[in-house]
Amino acid sequence: MDNAAIAMRGLTKKFNGFTAVDSMDLTIDKGELFGLLGPNGAGKSTIIKMLTTMLVPSAGTASVWGHDVASDRDAVRSSIGVVFQDPSVDSMLTGRENLDFHGRMYGLDRSTRQKRIEEVLDLVDLKDKADVKIEDYSGGMQRRLEIARGLMHHPKVLFLDEPTLGLDAQTRRYIWKYVRKMNEDEGVTVVLTTHYMDEADYLCHRVAIIDNGKIIALDTPENLKDMIGADTITLEAQSGEDALLKFLSKMEWILTREVSDGVITLGVDHAESRLPQIMLDACQNNVVIRSVSVHEPTLEDVFLKFTGRKIRAAEAANQARMFAMWRKRK
Amino acid sequence: MKLDLYAVYSIWLREMIRFFRLRSRMVGSLGAPFFFLAFLGIGFGSAGSSVSAIPGIPEGINYISYLTPGIIGMTLLFSSTFAGLSVLWDREFGFLKEIMVAPVSRIAIVLGRTAGGVTTAIMQSMIILISGLAMGMKLPSIEGFLLSFVFMVLIAATFIGMGLAFASKMTDMSGFSLIMNFLIFPLFFISGAIYPIERFPQEARVLVYIDPLTYGVDGLRYSLIGPGANTLPILLDLGVLALICILMLGLGTYLFEASEVE
Repeated sequence: MDNAAIAMRGLTKKFNGFTAVDSMDLTIDKGELFGLLGPNGAGKSTIIKMLTTMLVPSAGTASVWGHDVASDRDAVRSSIGVVFQDPSVDSMLTGRENLDFHGRMYGLDRSTRQKRIEEVLDLVDLKDKADVKIEDYSGGMQRRLEIARGLMHHPKVLFLDEPTLGLDAQTRRYIWKYVRKMNEDEGVTVVLTTHYMDEADYLCHRVAIIDNGKIIALDTPENLKDMIGADTITLEAQSGEDALLKFLSKMEWILTREVSDGVITLGVDHAESRLPQIMLDACQNNVVIRSVSVHEPTLEDVFLKFTGRKIRAAEAANQARMFAMWRKRK
Repeated sequence: MKLDLYAVYSIWLREMIRFFRLRSRMVGSLGAPFFFLAFLGIGFGSAGSSVSAIPGIPEGINYISYLTPGIIGMTLLFSSTFAGLSVLWDREFGFLKEIMVAPVSRIAIVLGRTAGGVTTAIMQSMIILISGLAMGMKLPSIEGFLLSFVFMVLIAATFIGMGLAFASKMTDMSGFSLIMNFLIFPLFFISGAIYPIERFPQEARVLVYIDPLTYGVDGLRYSLIGPGANTLPILLDLGVLALICILMLGLGTYLFEASEVE
């Protein structure tokens, strides 16, 4: 039994000579919660559009649940649910009517629809708002309804394009909770795009970091961060600095050691598990420590390492490039 | 290609829910045809008299009877073109994407929209017909009344196809007033909806015969007033209109299929 939910081989999309997605190879397993992480304009949404049959690939192939996205579109469409980056609900209809319409379009009969509407509304805590028109929903509620709708017809794969874009911190937390829950409870394979590092880190089993239409790194968030190597611990001693340095030099797991103006910076493998021992030894050697800070690598550091720039800077560059293209076209 | 009747029904149902929910829009869109009917009727006809102020109208037909089928044509023209163009609104508000990723054939989507547009346009036409009857139009025969539905469906479907074709080629709403003022209004005026097409100079006659609404209004006059009220042979009206209708719907479907969602 083939375990791939999605397989891309040399997938490419060009727009007027500009390559948005550059011969991408990627396999996403069934049941995975997979993240495409990258700055705006990196090509994530274009990948999603090809996988959801909204755009035809310029070259290469992609299959979703075994169905080719170019030649077997209806089969692909029946196996997927999509939550688009921009709103895609009918604001004149109520939440329930939107879900009902969706169910009809996917060929669910009346009793299945009624049962399923209750289930998905329950999943996103929108039962009490079911009969309110969407125009009276808040942004977060609308997003939750769209996620519920994406799940209505029991898709094999659910695509979420920037699911928390423009939402406040609390609503983002809720959305994360729902995404996790449906991946676990409903067993649906989830592919999401995001340009939020923390989102990819928190949610995804595996992350592909995308820049300029290419995968620049692919692994679990933990392994990606481990590639950066050391966590750093920064210590400042109030007294007994010499004793501190002396016992620190005996600790073999310390990878790097720097001292400047009484501030000691240590590179270690796992800061959380090493810190208690340092503190314990400091106490036993009568060293008084004034302050401690720990910095763990983030996916932002991973992006920086592979591209040499921060994700914000990459976004600014992408925007400038698109603006230039847009002006050329005019 | 799979004709998904259930999807056609779903899309039709959505149009109906929207139509009845947006009552102000329904009343608003009926305003123009209603006032055309009322004020042209008052100005050019005299109530109860069979003599009208406009030459060329067949003997024994009062102006309000003559005008009502024309204004029904107008209602169908405006309402249906809007229904076709409403794809633009769906694209603007994102709902089009929801429809486009569903496992439903594009033809089913077009047919659902057409069915919805035809239904709303005919409901509006009925209100205009009742208004015309209240203003002194003679009651049509049963057979004529039934025949008028054939013409109403054909007229509505033709202009839904036209609207859809435009909507598929437009990227935003900026061309909307161009279409309104330079296509829809001329189509209405040269169709003979207000006065007989013989009043047009010979040189302009070709435009009259290109306008699909000419055949529609003529057919509606035959149906709602009776034989003799029409200018062209009724089978010609029916044949030409049916042909244009198929072509327009085909064009609309083709361009809609070819258009990318974003």
